[in-house]
Amino acid sequence: MPTKPETPDADAQGAGVEAGPIIDVRGLAVHYGLRGGSLARLFGRDAGVVKAVDGIDLTLQPGEVVGLVGESGSGKSTLGRALLGLAPATEGSIRFRGQDLATLSRRRLRDLRRHIQMVFQDPSAALNPAMTVEVAVGDALRVHGMRSATERRAKVVDALERVGLSPVELFLEKYPRDLSGGQKQRVVMARAIITGPSVLVADEPISMLDMSVRAKILQLMLDLKQDLGLTYVYITHDLASAKYFCDRIAIMYLGRIVEIGPTEEIFANPRHPYTKALLRAIPDPDPGRQLPRDLPRGEVPDAAAPPLGCAFHPRCTEAVASCGWESRDLRTLVEAHWTRRTPEAFEAESASVGSLDHLDRPATSATLGKDGPEAIKGFLDQVRAEAPDDPIWTGVQTITDEGSGVRVHFHEGVDPALRRAGGVDVACVLYPEEPSGV
Amino acid sequence: MRTLLRTLAKPFTETAGLARWMLVIGLVMTSLFVVLAIFAPWIAPYGFAQASSGGVDFPKAGAPSGDHWFGTDRLFFDVYSRTVWGARTAIEVVILSIVICVVVGVPLGLVSGYYGGWLDRVLVLVMDAMFAFPSFLLAIVFSFLLTGLLGGTVLAVALSLSAIYVPQYFRVVRNTTVSAKEATYVEAARAIGASDFVIMRRYLLNNVVQSVPVLGTLNAADAILTLAGLGFLGLGIQSTDAAEWGHDLNRALADAGSGIWWTGLYPGLAIVLLVTGLTLVGEGLNETLNPTLRVRRLLPVVMTPREER
Amino acid sequence: MSFATSNEPTLEPSSEPVISARDVRVWYGTTRGAIRAVDGVSFDIAPGETLGLVGESGCGKSTLGRGLMGLLPPGAKRDGEVWYDGKDVLSMRAKDSYRLRGTDLGMIFQEPLTRLNPLLRISAHFEETIKQHEPGLSKQQVRQRALDALRQMGIPPTRYRSYPHEFSGGMRQRLMIALALVLQPAFIVADEPTTALDVLVEAQIVQILNDLRRNFRTSLLLITHNVGIVAEACDRVAVMYAGRIVEEGRVSDVFENPQHPYTRELLRSTISLRTTGLNFIPGSPPDLVDPPDGCRFHPRCPDAMAVCATRNPINIERPTGGRVECWQVGPRDQIPSGGTRPLKQEELAVADEA
Ligand SMILES: Nc1ncnc2c1ncn2[C@@H]1O[C@H](COP(=O)(O)OP(=O)(O)OP(=O)(O)O)[C@@H](O)[C@H]1O
Ligand SMILES: Nc1ncnc2c1ncn2[C@@H]1O[C@H](COP(=O)(O)OP(=O)(O)OP(=O)(O)O)[C@@H](O)[C@H]1O
Ligand code: SF4
Ligand code: SF4
Ligand SMILES: [Mg+2]
Ligand SMILES: [Mg+2]
Repeated sequence: MPTKPETPDADAQGAGVEAGPIIDVRGLAVHYGLRGGSLARLFGRDAGVVKAVDGIDLTLQPGEVVGLVGESGSGKSTLGRALLGLAPATEGSIRFRGQDLATLSRRRLRDLRRHIQMVFQDPSAALNPAMTVEVAVGDALRVHGMRSATERRAKVVDALERVGLSPVELFLEKYPRDLSGGQKQRVVMARAIITGPSVLVADEPISMLDMSVRAKILQLMLDLKQDLGLTYVYITHDLASAKYFCDRIAIMYLGRIVEIGPTEEIFANPRHPYTKALLRAIPDPDPGRQLPRDLPRGEVPDAAAPPLGCAFHPRCTEAVASCGWESRDLRTLVEAHWTRRTPEAFEAESASVGSLDHLDRPATSATLGKDGPEAIKGFLDQVRAEAPDDPIWTGVQTITDEGSGVRVHFHEGVDPALRRAGGVDVACVLYPEEPSGV
Repeated sequence: MRTLLRTLAKPFTETAGLARWMLVIGLVMTSLFVVLAIFAPWIAPYGFAQASSGGVDFPKAGAPSGDHWFGTDRLFFDVYSRTVWGARTAIEVVILSIVICVVVGVPLGLVSGYYGGWLDRVLVLVMDAMFAFPSFLLAIVFSFLLTGLLGGTVLAVALSLSAIYVPQYFRVVRNTTVSAKEATYVEAARAIGASDFVIMRRYLLNNVVQSVPVLGTLNAADAILTLAGLGFLGLGIQSTDAAEWGHDLNRALADAGSGIWWTGLYPGLAIVLLVTGLTLVGEGLNETLNPTLRVRRLLPVVMTPREER
Repeated sequence: MSFATSNEPTLEPSSEPVISARDVRVWYGTTRGAIRAVDGVSFDIAPGETLGLVGESGCGKSTLGRGLMGLLPPGAKRDGEVWYDGKDVLSMRAKDSYRLRGTDLGMIFQEPLTRLNPLLRISAHFEETIKQHEPGLSKQQVRQRALDALRQMGIPPTRYRSYPHEFSGGMRQRLMIALALVLQPAFIVADEPTTALDVLVEAQIVQILNDLRRNFRTSLLLITHNVGIVAEACDRVAVMYAGRIVEEGRVSDVFENPQHPYTRELLRSTISLRTTGLNFIPGSPPDLVDPPDGCRFHPRCPDAMAVCATRNPINIERPTGGRVECWQVGPRDQIPSGGTRPLKQEELAVADEA
């Protein structure tokens, strides 16, 4: 399918180095409808929607390296893919040099992709096993209408040299399976830079590589930035490489940015409890260091049913009353208690508390127990005495008798928005709005 | 060129034991028939519908002799020549029908698997229905229809055989496409700006046709049998259009009672040998190309005595 | 903190090693010849001790771990000795070594989901594992044992009858650990147990492993890519290169004062929070079908000497304890004359490195 070689305005964009952000994301949301598969239906889960990215503002200045850091499922890749128009935006806008991606036709969007390119996590999967290096790298030119094979070859040779695959002749005819991980990643990079992009979205480019190769690829990315004036979006879950590589860092959690600011400030003065936790948990080769005991509990929650209020509250060690406490936290609390009891005690208590399954429906008040209010209150007191500092107790408003048990009322939660705090923006109730003009 | 040779030689170099022997024997048997098919005019002493030579009529149902190695049948035809010419018909029909299957089944499967949606659902339904239908019955129905339209030609029979096998190609290609399109390299192709057509043509096609050669050889064996079956029922190719083993078997049926064994034995033997050969090739290929079945030829480990450290 | 830190000696000098490997070799048969994935490895692990095993990809770490367990693919051969409880595991009959696996020697794999049967409840997994090795237990006892193991891993008893897919990644890894622990093995091989996990969950698992050896005196061989994890979870570390352990010793000692050039370069190339410049080791690990003569690291070693290219380095005691094999460390008197002049390295193209 011949593609029009150049679109006039794309060319104009390529030439001009204008002021202002190169990419401007406003209120971006990407939601995936869950296709209630037979398995899900079997287990009684209704099809819902996953808010993979849920209201993100982000601007990229030319020549900048912005890091997106967060745990699995926080929406980093989805945001990165949305920047290329690979994941459709449900809401909000993405502007590339002032041009809204959503308004472009499919053809124009494809043309645009030569200006925004992507590097993938798994270099072995990112290359077509049936294409040689030359064909794979040259295909980026071919789809943009460069028909002459000799012209393509010249450019491919140039790109391979740039990414350090020399002597080039050794590599042109190779298939991905004949290359090492680092070499494959270099080929992926060559394919990404060959169209002369200005923005490179690097989705965990070093996390699948061997540790001795990581530094080399990172160095290559720095060199390319220098030589080609690239702007990077660096997606990672590894804060150490982000610290070295990025100018600005955005910490993501469940589809939101929870803290964003200059790298030095984030590392010197982490504000959001999640950022702090991430920083403390990084294993450090310094043998004098010890893991902290107060690690966040649990794992990233299911994005299809995120926690109420602040999404981080079930794991937050600093949470307060207004963080969004709810029924599911009660279940976690009781179950955690049971992991500390003997099996006999568990059997007895579990009989008196009854099933916990109804707690899975998020609500700010929840019933518990079937052996009468006093028994359950006693049980809860015992749980509380075990860990009196558990933040959930700040969130409990009242406990009233109800039926054969009690009803626990939680404080109403708020969903904190990103707010200015010092040199960064933080989404946490502990950092209320600063007076404007800071 | 060297890589091509190496790829072609791969089934040999990378297999061991049974799979390798099946492949070798199967290939020898099959190529014998291919040679017969290609060089039939030179190998066969007479034409397939020739009843006399040099003004001398052939004997009717004559026993094997120096002039007629496999004897002659009731229509005065030379059985040896008809058996050789039959190889040509069989190979022609099989190749043609596989080509049709690939040309129709592969693109359909690719498009259906790639786009999904209602198109996919409709195609899957139709193909599954065809697949579920008893295949021989399907072939009979189609050859009735097509011989009516095109006459008892090779093309008509090949088309009716294709009707049986297209759903298999479709299913294999569609299912591999559905999983292959989720691969990162497809997303990567999209990221460099490739269109759907380019993705299907240059990224998916090569990776989803891997199982087609195996399917092709296995189907070829089946096709020979079906072709013979059609001929045996008197459908498909007529004696005067081409020599066809199944048809000859049908006519030999009446001979069996009267002690004329040669008219039936040789076409029958030809069918059995070719089917066996193709099946062996198919199974051999399957075991070498399919990584879950493949037994690689490993060099035995001989641990050297310890070095001084 | 009330408990011992990881770097305090947990190993009393008198205590007998739980497991001791002597000159273990594991070679794979391939179409090209034998891959010498593990080529003469010796180590001891004391009760309650964790030995970290680090090294680049493909240097034989997993092979060593699986070789100890006897979990090798067909076509692989092993020799040497692995002493456990007064018996040589490698020369045992298959049936005996099978019985030992699970009850005495446990294994934790990297990808838990592939090791859990999706169609079986967690309870069934435990019942099967326990019944296989201790058929005498009653159903109630089995349940008790399983719930105990789960409790230690922080998985509530209410989840006992769930299916594997109903758990998150970190919980599944904890399930795997619980499954390995339920038979209370004395020695566990953990092959990259945290590689697929998030940073916070990884830290949780590392903590669990830390508690394990403290509470049960379980010995652990922890295979990992991450030197940070070694620093936090291990007592001793063994650095593996091209099928051999090139340096081994106390973690604090080896990391602060690496003797082997490979250890030093590996640590330097690791990106940590204190990284201010990028360093890397030139070249890549050798093909183990035909490893380089002499020291296997010599083509990449910045300190290589003439002797390194021809003679195997000798395994010697590290100055501050542990072992190392490198001519730079010694023994000097065994280096032939002229052997100490620097080796001229061939230029390595960038392409060979990555
Ligand atoms: N195509 C899709 N269809 C449905 N849900 C999706 C799709 N892609 C991503 N998701 C969901 O969106 C959420 C965010 O996914 P995403 O891949 O962006 O996370 P991530 O931060 O990149 O995680 P990781 O570190 O694991 O790569 C996840 O819950 C994921 O299950
Ligand atoms: N089943 C096998 N058959 C043949 N060779 C193998 C097999 N498994 C591993 N190897 C080879 O043995 C060598 C050591 O592999 P091994 O998996 O032990 O390395 P590793 O140190 O665990 O690497 P990684 O860090 O990537 O897990 C490699 O060269 C590998 O290619
Ligand atoms: S709002 Fe802040 S304090 Fe509250 S749970 Fe979220 S991160 Fe923790
Ligand atoms: S023996 Fe020589 S080549 Fe090997 S690590 Fe030591 S100095 Fe380097
Ligand atoms: Mg991702
Ligand atoms: Mg491994």
